Amino acid sequence: MASTFDTVAGIIAETCDIERDTITPDSHAINDLGIDSLDFLDVAFAIDKAFGIKMPLEQWTQEVNEGKVSSDEYFVIKNLCSNIDKLVAAKSA
Amino acid sequence: MRLEYFQMVDRIVELDPEARLVRTECRVPDESPVFEGHFPGYPILPGVLMIETMAQTGGWLVLATLRFAAMPFLIQAREAKMRSFVSPGQVLAGEASLVHDGSGFAVVEAKLTSDGRKVAEAEIRYRVTPFPNETLRAQMLETARRIGVAETHFPETPAHGA
Repeated sequence: MASTFDTVAGIIAETCDIERDTITPDSHAINDLGIDSLDFLDVAFAIDKAFGIKMPLEQWTQEVNEGKVSSDEYFVIKNLCSNIDKLVAAKSA
Repeated sequence: MRLEYFQMVDRIVELDPEARLVRTECRVPDESPVFEGHFPGYPILPGVLMIETMAQTGGWLVLATLRFAAMPFLIQAREAKMRSFVSPGQVLAGEASLVHDGSGFAVVEAKLTSDGRKVAEAEIRYRVTPFPNETLRAQMLETARRIGVAETHFPETPAHGA
């Protein structure tokens, strides 16, 4: 079974036409990979479908915009994967 | 349809947020300045307006699902296909099903048919955000009443001034 990172990296590579090898756990989706907001919605849609979750993008965006958390918390891939794992765990709890 | 005002949906035929489904009726006007340019001597409904019609059809479903708490704005049309020409006077049946309601976005599969034949289809994506002002919200509610959105889909507490 593919790890969360493998699945997410595969989705990003396919959705955003980015070389799979350039995506690492420390990549920042926006700053390093250049994913814009529209592409990120595509990624979010694919992740939601793949994991059967609903990522709270509105809440995350609001927290970042209000300066409550760094964008790294949600947009660095390993952190994104960690948040996905939490949502999956919460769903099955 | 009032093409110049981007009022594409004439009537809600069926709207069922639980079934995640909407059906609309959209009659192409016999005359419109749009047809003077598209095309001279050969008037057909522009493909972009077919996409807009599908987007508005699905948009009413998103609005009803949210009970008008937020506004869906078209951000993407994927795999859009215009399968045949649509002429003045033709009646289109719109249909959309909500395939995903994410956080801050929504996705529908939409199509237009005429006499049972599919004339257009697309996956439509929306960014769903709070209404930017009360004017738009009130106008959407007014349009909803005009085209036959049932009161059960409206906000439980009427908007101030709506």
